[in-house]
Amino acid sequence: MKIHKYDTVIVGAGGAGMRAAIESTKRSRTAVLTKLYPTRSHTGAAQGGMAAALANVEEDNWEWHTFDTIKGGDYLVDQDAAEILAKEAIDAVLDLEKMGLPFGRTPAGEIDQRRFGGHSRNHGEAPVRRACYSGDRTGHMILQTLYQNCIKEGVEFFNEFYVLDQLLVEEDGVKKSAGVVAYELATGEIHVFQSKSVIYASGGTGKFFKVTSNAHTLTGDGQAACYRRGLPLEDMEFFQFHPTGIWRMGILLTEGARGEGGILRNKDGERFMEKYAPVMKDLASRDVVSRSIYTEIREGRGCGPEGDHVYLDLTHLPPEQLDAKLPDITEFARTYLGIEPYTDPIPIQPTAHYAMGGIPTNVQGEVLSDNTTVVPGLYAAGEVACVSVHGANRLGTNSLLDINVFGKRAGIAAAEYAHTADYIELPENPAAQVQAQVENLLSATGTERVAVIRKELQETMDANVMVFRTEQTIKTAVEKIGELRERYRNVSVQDKGKRFNTDLLEAIELGNLLDLAEVMAVSALARKESRGGHYREDYPNRDDVNFMRHTMAYREVADGGKDSIRLDYKPVVQTRYQPMERKY
Amino acid sequence: MATPTLDKADTAGAPEPGFADSPYITVTFRIRRFNPEISEEATWEDFQLEIDPKERVLDGLHKIKWELDGSLTFRRSCAHGICGSDAMRINGKNRLACKTLIKDINPSKPITIEAIKGLTVQKDLVVDMEPFFQAYRDVMPFLITKGNEPTRERLQSPEDRERFDDTTKCILCAACTSSCPVFWNDGQYFGPAAIVNAHRFIFDSRDEAGEQRLEILNDKDGVWRCRTTFNCTDACPRGIEVTKAIQEVKRALITRRF
Repeated sequence: MKIHKYDTVIVGAGGAGMRAAIESTKRSRTAVLTKLYPTRSHTGAAQGGMAAALANVEEDNWEWHTFDTIKGGDYLVDQDAAEILAKEAIDAVLDLEKMGLPFGRTPAGEIDQRRFGGHSRNHGEAPVRRACYSGDRTGHMILQTLYQNCIKEGVEFFNEFYVLDQLLVEEDGVKKSAGVVAYELATGEIHVFQSKSVIYASGGTGKFFKVTSNAHTLTGDGQAACYRRGLPLEDMEFFQFHPTGIWRMGILLTEGARGEGGILRNKDGERFMEKYAPVMKDLASRDVVSRSIYTEIREGRGCGPEGDHVYLDLTHLPPEQLDAKLPDITEFARTYLGIEPYTDPIPIQPTAHYAMGGIPTNVQGEVLSDNTTVVPGLYAAGEVACVSVHGANRLGTNSLLDINVFGKRAGIAAAEYAHTADYIELPENPAAQVQAQVENLLSATGTERVAVIRKELQETMDANVMVFRTEQTIKTAVEKIGELRERYRNVSVQDKGKRFNTDLLEAIELGNLLDLAEVMAVSALARKESRGGHYREDYPNRDDVNFMRHTMAYREVADGGKDSIRLDYKPVVQTRYQPMERKY
Repeated sequence: MATPTLDKADTAGAPEPGFADSPYITVTFRIRRFNPEISEEATWEDFQLEIDPKERVLDGLHKIKWELDGSLTFRRSCAHGICGSDAMRINGKNRLACKTLIKDINPSKPITIEAIKGLTVQKDLVVDMEPFFQAYRDVMPFLITKGNEPTRERLQSPEDRERFDDTTKCILCAACTSSCPVFWNDGQYFGPAAIVNAHRFIFDSRDEAGEQRLEILNDKDGVWRCRTTFNCTDACPRGIEVTKAIQEVKRALITRRF
């Protein structure tokens, strides 16, 4: 075991982690620990754009953006946070441009902007061009630009270091962060990083679904590390299903395709979104579009022999426009489906895309241990966190924005905290839990296989807690997850070595997915209403009287070691926007 | 040579996502295995599997890892050609395993899969990427400007933006660099990927350090080592015209115009 000492440790090197690292490295001695090489992060898979009311191509302002974000989130958004997001969006985009990001340009040479779902002029009048983009690889460009600037700033990376435990020490009745414990993939060695502050920026948890746009590596590692140490997880029942994933594969096809004029059609060729969202049509918010697609499918208007998908039609758009604005997604259609998007519509279905919930933080990125108490020295930003700017449903282009705005904020706040704070003394034998976890898995001789349990988990999640949910389906999921968690105790790995043991890594990841899936399902069961991405067929309406509140899920451990989930609730911060019925 | 086979019964009723109605075929994956914890020698190992030919090579590797041999080691993440983790040598050519469909590489013969060349193999298909990233860092891959920052964005015409668009597509997968015979013989050569990323900034109208970058590439290990074999262009999974970019850098070095 090795012990390292840094002012600030950042867990994860995607957009939020690297944006934080650029700030914290300027201000404090910083280490970035990342499971993957930095440019491998799933930020790179984001396509369509990053929202900011630059008003480069038409009238716009940040207040409209704030409103759209709150309405998009079905009023579960904390309105103070949404205001910060929309206001600081403008500088966040300009910062990236100055760092070198090659945005698409207007004829006048300014940053070009396109339409995107849920973004409107003057509180819902019509779609507005707010998304700053770089072709359909905006996330790729953000990731590359941030990595380039990390090199410029001399950010210190520990590549392929997998953080498995968050060290919390109680001082005067307050839980404080003392550092993290990481497993080095290349050698199997365990490292303790003692630090004054820790920032989690380790991304989402989408891999508990089968049809998902998420990378294989998005397994909720940061959420699980904090949750197991008794910290709450907020709003985990809210998961976004992106309307346009490649049929059965789940690979993302950007909403920018509809921003450029693409149309969703059912088997009769009908532009069905006109029925569900007369104003915004195909550019309604993602939860609305995904439900509309499944409604078409359920009512027998789906495409294909099994009627299990609909079409994204780009055939009326000029090939030059597709080549210039949507080169990657048209290539995906050719590569993976053998379809030519110039002439043929693309089969799509909703795909599990984004966790609105996560580790609760305030607007400085400080992690909360309950509704109000800050954990000194602990921060989170990006998809791993819940500020909450996305509420019950995130608007497209607001996640690339979130990682930049709150990544920067967390980076500054964590580094400044490190200047004022002392190191917290490490607990005795700080790596004990991780050592035990690794040794147990390596020596286990059980008959259960990781891939089998993971597949069953993904299938039950897709079947029971996806776009439509009921008491019955969620209970089925809770039961199944409980059974799988039991079976997981009997799991073994084949690779017993120390060197690049990805077999072991996948086993650990599965443990995280199982715990988080349970939190999601239990949170969803208790929310007896429909709001944003959480749709209950048995409670089809939003219920502001009983459920205008954030879910806070805690892990409780009984004396015998058996764990359970305790749910609590946190008020939503409302400033100037009163909840209204949501129409697009 | 061990030849584990995957029982067809195991997969019946459990079609992989994507293509439930299409016929499975039997393919052989012939994989170059290396694990210094077990042996200093690398060996070829055959795996037979039932798979839909429209699936990716990565799906086949996962099938082996998940159902036959958990110790098979490779990097991967996004699984659709964006993250750059899974460049490998498939039937002798550098490709991304997640962008290569089995039907496109003649599945009637054994499909050979080995680590990319020119970088030290650490285990199975995993190589040490550090020298590759060092060459990238050496070309100063970040925007360098002089004077005061403007309040708003720097202006750039669509034409100026288009000038370097091709080289912004790079995902740092190393398929190009590790396909280059010059790089195989001399690891000191910057390699195509680093030059591509230098190109991305040299031809960016906002950048003011083109001369510095050109001097770096004028070095004995720089662009002049390129023998224009086009392996890099063939290997690039993003379709970047790598050789052309290198030629443009060479030309800029002679004319000092860019």
